[in-house]
Amino acid sequence: MIETTAASAPPTDQISVRDLTMAYGDFVVMRDVSFDVSPGEVFVIMGGSGCGKSTLMRHLLGMIEPQAGEIFYGGESFTGASLEVRESFLRRFGVLFQGGALWSSMTLTENIALPLEEYTGLNAAEIRDVASLKLSLVGLRGFEDYYPSEISGGMRKRAGLARAMALDPEILFVDEPSAGLDPISSHLLDDLILELKESLGTTFVVVTHELASIFAIATKSIFLDTNTRTATAIGPPAELRDHSQDPAVRAFLRRGEQENE
Amino acid sequence: MPSRRSKAAAMAQDLAKVSLQRDDGHLVVGLAGTWQISAHLPGTTAVEAALDGPPAPEGIQFDSAAIEGWDSSVLTFLMSVEDAAEDRSIPVDRAGLPDGVRRLVELARAVPERGARTEEPKGSPLARVGRFGMKVYDGVLEELEFVGEATRALGTFLRGNARYRKSDLRLLIQQAGADALGIASLVSLLFGLILAFVGAVQLQQFGAAIYVADLVGVGMVRDMAAFMTAIVVAGRSGAAYAAQIGTMKVTEEIDALRTTGISPMEFLVVPRIVALVLMMPLLTVYADLMGIFGGYLVGTGLLDISPRAYMEQTINAVNMTHFFPGVIKGTVYGLLVALAGCKQGMAAGNSASAVGDAATRAVVNGVVAIIVACGVAQVVSWVFGI
Repeated sequence: MIETTAASAPPTDQISVRDLTMAYGDFVVMRDVSFDVSPGEVFVIMGGSGCGKSTLMRHLLGMIEPQAGEIFYGGESFTGASLEVRESFLRRFGVLFQGGALWSSMTLTENIALPLEEYTGLNAAEIRDVASLKLSLVGLRGFEDYYPSEISGGMRKRAGLARAMALDPEILFVDEPSAGLDPISSHLLDDLILELKESLGTTFVVVTHELASIFAIATKSIFLDTNTRTATAIGPPAELRDHSQDPAVRAFLRRGEQENE
Repeated sequence: MPSRRSKAAAMAQDLAKVSLQRDDGHLVVGLAGTWQISAHLPGTTAVEAALDGPPAPEGIQFDSAAIEGWDSSVLTFLMSVEDAAEDRSIPVDRAGLPDGVRRLVELARAVPERGARTEEPKGSPLARVGRFGMKVYDGVLEELEFVGEATRALGTFLRGNARYRKSDLRLLIQQAGADALGIASLVSLLFGLILAFVGAVQLQQFGAAIYVADLVGVGMVRDMAAFMTAIVVAGRSGAAYAAQIGTMKVTEEIDALRTTGISPMEFLVVPRIVALVLMMPLLTVYADLMGIFGGYLVGTGLLDISPRAYMEQTINAVNMTHFFPGVIKGTVYGLLVALAGCKQGMAAGNSASAVGDAATRAVVNGVVAIIVACGVAQVVSWVFGI
């Protein structure tokens, strides 16, 4: 079921999106997407391949301008904000890109140090300590001086998560956490996300189509439908699987298998 | 039916055949032999001719009793036949096909054709010229925008506020400068030799072989040292910059910089521009010397000019009005090469092949920019009598 009540109320939640229309030129990817995310939630953006999941995340990060609609963080408008204000928003975000996107010319420590140098007044020794701590949180203790090309894909992703957490962000965006990972590494990453949510209270926005991940981590989810080019369902995934009005949503969450009711 | 794979391998000589028969107003397409994608396949022209009639058949049936083996080639044939029948609104009965073939045809037909790329209408020649003009205009705007952003970032750098890593800059300077010495030596030494040979052939006719020293000295110092070095640097550093930045784009490292609040212009582009602008004048001076040395080898070795005479002639010929324009040109070329390389890197698409394209375009654009700038410099110095 689509939440319609939120559209009229003034947005006060941590993330609020109102009637967002995303387009590349004349090609509309999604229209009229609205949702709210409360602090401490793990919000999963799901949908079939090519439906605009990553595009929605890029809009949330201000990397693409919306064609229509508005994005609010904590009740403040992000869409219309000046460059300086946007940067102050970005400072409160962390992003884990699909392949980790570690800067390949820097060691893991230097990767984590860069945002710290940029936004904190810590000295070099303190920054190194913080970087080591973040690396040990994702299970990469001892890999401080490795270059991204020297570690495996799963480790790169975890290191990317450590970098995304460098500034203890309020919101962590994660793009396709399980892409390119074996089931066990993928499961470990999911556990890590849950642990961080529990212990640090971080809000997560996760883009994925991996059902196991969705059911394991999501407290709330949105389904983007390629055919109607709009968000057809919002809610906890288990609830949507069993009670969604939309057969496409139920089919997606059941891997297209027949409902045995 | 025997296993089609072993059959197909064993009976390569028994080629695929199609026979056509009329049965009660229906067209029966008989399939026989071994259908192999690697062998010659029957065309559908005969079937289409039969479909056109007269008389046009009421439907198509298949007879595959004589088929001995098949792979996807038979499907290709059947799809063409069905498409032809559909165009003529003639019903097709798939009952006569082998089970596997029928299932695969049904699978291929299960999803209706969609999303075929709509090709841009070609339009009249005038319209195409117009579109081309608009594309060039957009390209120029994009170029100007990049130069503008780079200038602003350079301003930030000069005020000392730019966000970059000093170790990156040091490495870039080393790569653009010291690491290029070998190839720059070779190219400018050889170019000095060539200039000397070309000049000697003409000058010897007048008994003026000593002026080879003037030709090589002035030629290298004023223009050719900077020019040749810049071409080498365009191939080395320009391509490298496009590939480095392009790869970072593919792996989302640029996006990661942006979301960290760091301008890729300051972090990636400015250090590269600074490195080349600092190193090109030095490389030019070095290439001056190597070029003169090349001329010296030819002059003293082959033209019987005494070393002392050659050196004196060179010293008298070359002066500061040759030297400074040469160094300034080198610096400008360095700037152009760095801009071309970084621009192509930043504008690269999101795939591995796009990175290769970007590197190619960086070199081509860099070299063209150098030649254009060189031409402009000649005209300017002619007009002002420098």
